[in-house]
Amino acid sequence: MKRVYVNEQWCLGCHLCEYYCAFANSNETDMVKALKDIVIHPRIQIEQKDNISFAVSCRHCEEPLCVKGCITGALSINEGVISVDQNKCIGCFTCILCCPYGAISAGDESIIQKCELCTNNKHGSPHCVKGCPNNAIVFEER
Amino acid sequence: MGINYLYQEYEVSRNMDRCINCRVCERQCANEVHSFDKDKNIMRSDDVNCVNCHRCVALCPTRALKIVKTDHTFKENANWRGSIINEIYKQAESGAVLLSSMGNPNNYPVYFDKILLNASQVTNPSIDPLREPMETKVFLGSKPKSIQRDKDGRLINNLSCGIELSVPIMFSAMSYGSISYNAHESLARAAKEAGILYNTGEGGLHKDFYQYGSNTIVQVASGRFGVYKDYLEAGAAIEIKMGQGAKPGIGGHLPGAKIVGDISKTRMVPEGSDAISPAPHHDIYSIEDLRQLVYSLKETTNYKKPVIVKIAAVHNVAAIASGIARSGADIIAIDGFRGGTGAAPTRIRDNVGIPIELALASVDQRLRDEGIRDNVSIVVGGSIRNSSDIVKAIALGADCVYIGTAALLALGCHLCRSCQTGKCNWGIATQSPELVKRLNPDIGFKRLVNLVGAWEHEIKEMMGGMGINSIESLKGNRLMLRGVGLSEKELQILGIKHAGE
Amino acid sequence: MRYVIIGNSTAAVGAVEGIRKNDLEGEIIIISKEPYHVYSRPLISYLLYGKTDEERMKYRSKDFYDTMNCKAILGREAVKIDDAKKEVHLDDGEVLNYDKLLVATGSLPFVPPMEGLDGVHKRFSFMSLDDAKKVESAISSNSKVLIIGAGLIGLKCAEGISKRVESITVVDLADRILSSILDRDGAEIVKSHMEKRNIKFILNTKVETFANNEAVLSNGEKVEFDVLVLAVGVIPNTGLIKEINGKINRGIVVDEFCQTSIPDIFAAGDCCESFDITMEQNKVLALLPNAYMQGECAGINMAGGKKEYGKAIPMNAISFFGLHIITAGSYIGEVFSKSNGENYKKLFVKDGLLKGYIMIGDIEKAGIYTSLIREKTPLCDIDFELVLQSPGLMAFTRKDRKKILGGVVNEY
Repeated sequence: MKRVYVNEQWCLGCHLCEYYCAFANSNETDMVKALKDIVIHPRIQIEQKDNISFAVSCRHCEEPLCVKGCITGALSINEGVISVDQNKCIGCFTCILCCPYGAISAGDESIIQKCELCTNNKHGSPHCVKGCPNNAIVFEER
Repeated sequence: MGINYLYQEYEVSRNMDRCINCRVCERQCANEVHSFDKDKNIMRSDDVNCVNCHRCVALCPTRALKIVKTDHTFKENANWRGSIINEIYKQAESGAVLLSSMGNPNNYPVYFDKILLNASQVTNPSIDPLREPMETKVFLGSKPKSIQRDKDGRLINNLSCGIELSVPIMFSAMSYGSISYNAHESLARAAKEAGILYNTGEGGLHKDFYQYGSNTIVQVASGRFGVYKDYLEAGAAIEIKMGQGAKPGIGGHLPGAKIVGDISKTRMVPEGSDAISPAPHHDIYSIEDLRQLVYSLKETTNYKKPVIVKIAAVHNVAAIASGIARSGADIIAIDGFRGGTGAAPTRIRDNVGIPIELALASVDQRLRDEGIRDNVSIVVGGSIRNSSDIVKAIALGADCVYIGTAALLALGCHLCRSCQTGKCNWGIATQSPELVKRLNPDIGFKRLVNLVGAWEHEIKEMMGGMGINSIESLKGNRLMLRGVGLSEKELQILGIKHAGE
Repeated sequence: MRYVIIGNSTAAVGAVEGIRKNDLEGEIIIISKEPYHVYSRPLISYLLYGKTDEERMKYRSKDFYDTMNCKAILGREAVKIDDAKKEVHLDDGEVLNYDKLLVATGSLPFVPPMEGLDGVHKRFSFMSLDDAKKVESAISSNSKVLIIGAGLIGLKCAEGISKRVESITVVDLADRILSSILDRDGAEIVKSHMEKRNIKFILNTKVETFANNEAVLSNGEKVEFDVLVLAVGVIPNTGLIKEINGKINRGIVVDEFCQTSIPDIFAAGDCCESFDITMEQNKVLALLPNAYMQGECAGINMAGGKKEYGKAIPMNAISFFGLHIITAGSYIGEVFSKSNGENYKKLFVKDGLLKGYIMIGDIEKAGIYTSLIREKTPLCDIDFELVLQSPGLMAFTRKDRKKILGGVVNEY
């Protein structure tokens, strides 16, 4: 299955992936309209210290602890993509407790949000990857 | 600050309706032009440091930025232009020689733009490169004067060692040090992929790039940095650098501060010491001396590598070339006055040398006149900007071209001409690790390969239009060229007729 | 092959999904005394709070039993196992034979003897959907609710009904609330947060007697109430295995393959014990993620696979009125704390390993800590100072990070 992988060597810490993510998941067609005057909560997040930076988003594990731990059944695997049913999630954050990558975060309305490889929005494939200027994140089969 | 004589050249124009405060401009500007005002929740810019490299513009996800030339002005004066006045202010303050980088930007004639190509109509049908074979392969090196056969009439291979190129394009010399490791890797990988050669420049060859040896020209310059047996044997050809178009008659100086780590190792210069390339080679004061170096390099490499002698296009270039063609060199590279540099004294860059078109035409003609044109191949550089420049250069008599600036542009260079600061925001002309990583060779090499491939298509298209199906038939075919708006003298030197003739 | 599963909650679902990984054909029969489609037990408080409804509480989709090709016998209780004949007897006399049996019977409320308890009419436990429905019908806007037990169940119940009753008093014998997962300082933060929502706590105290809607406490205090919720604790529901002399400690004893001491009978979930790797001892870990993973492991082994159940640790994620708490592991060894305001964090380190942690408030990336515990990552291999400050993959070496984020998809 194709996943988003990070090439730390090439990450510039520019944070564009975060903005492209927030835009993709806003369901707006214009980035300015989507992101002007808001604080973004991207599903991919840069970890940064000194000159090291890299993006972390859901790994879409084959044996996902978040799905196994989910108390509501809101998290499930659909054709390899771990997706969240926002209608079912009640924001207990057991998945945040479980995820070894720190890739799940609290979203709006105190329920969780996570990367679904843009299968949940109109972009269809990871928008963060398209926005990365340096191939520091790639969407590929490994 | 006291009196500030200089006003910034550029102004950052930010469309506040589009800016989303993502701060990518701030993070990507090594000149620290952009900053975020937390209290007011807006982005600000300090235009003074802007070099107009467009890094911020190119990465801004909402296209909220553009860089504009300031309309701040001096009282109009066609003689004492603003740029001239500013240079005086700078020197009055610093007391220093002005430094510049990349090629001569001044308004001298560009002869390529005054030369037009021919095309076939009716009598001599044009060729469709998509349907018919079209040869862009070229061989560089001295050519035998005649065909030799053995007693049974079979051909004797009397070809000297040479270079085979899939297209008549090579990446010109840019040293590791003047450009980054990643830029070098991009060039090396692209050369391999495209079936052409790149050139180490005078900075030696990083051990990681020995694997691209068969696509590498190793350079021997006046400082002899990084030169040793393995280095000479690593490449497909050896280039003796006598001069450079951007700074004819001038040496080079890489400050000790930049001689660190791998650069020190590759150049074989102790960390922290200045790497000074003398203006002349101190062992070359005549063609005879040059001949000695040519043959000592050939001797070292068992006569398996062709030797290139690179010179800057200067006034008596034809006579110099004639000498080089008799020195045992296999290839002459001529660098025109618009050729690029990582750093050169501004006055030299802007005022020394001659245009490559004129130099090429006169060298080719001189060597033909003397019957020694086949002794050498001619490679020209110094602002080859596109595929039509290449076609025109070949028709003027070149075997091949060197591209430097165009290759860097493909890698992202925006010709801001600030290489000498070492803060290249595109990761090309810098050694600072956080800037170098901005150039991912995976992307860079592909863009270079794309460029070479695109130009190859265009060269074929133009050749086909002329009814020519191989580079060999185009070479020196000045009948395919016509001048526009050129004087008799210029036409005479170029060896072409005026349009309409 | 016929698989019979007694129980229809998390461990049972885990087992069904585990079995189906290896065996798409075998017959699966689920028996549950509750009449409901599988639902998430921890959600009963959210149901009362109005944050979910019965439909959304379904732990798996409506067509779960169909897509998993299993038969659910709901509303009937398994009353006896005959391990010699490999049979399960139901309360209506029906007998089901099995090839592999899973006991996933969960836990039962623990009610200590209290004088006068029988005289309290509106007296409830808070463990099942039926309990929640009963509580819901018993309370009104002028109810005075007394909750015995300041553990997870008691406090979630308190939160669930907080907006719908006049007062809530929580009594617990322990010196702090949530004593099973929080230390004293952490408990104090949560307690004062809840007190702002008008929930009253009386600690270090137990009820001596109930009389006329009044509870007399051991400290002499009297608390008036009309609805009583008993949430003192839970005990594993081990009866079926006990009767056939299966090995039982605190819970049903299972081996690393989730098998009981009786051939072809497996157990998973709150009814049995797991091996807690932080304390290196068997423990009842009555936690939903543990139940699923143990159930899944049992299912795989029942269907002929071979999977060891490892890396079990205590872990909890819970919130009260928007204040989030995440804890994991055991609170042993050296303590490292980092706190500011309502954000509270404590890490417990022993033998160079992270053994446990408590986070209150800011719980971002807590899973990084959980993973350090589960994977027994030697702390000398990472930048502990950094990870203590903020959990992240930055604390790992570049090489390890390449492994973590690189090609290999993790196997847990």
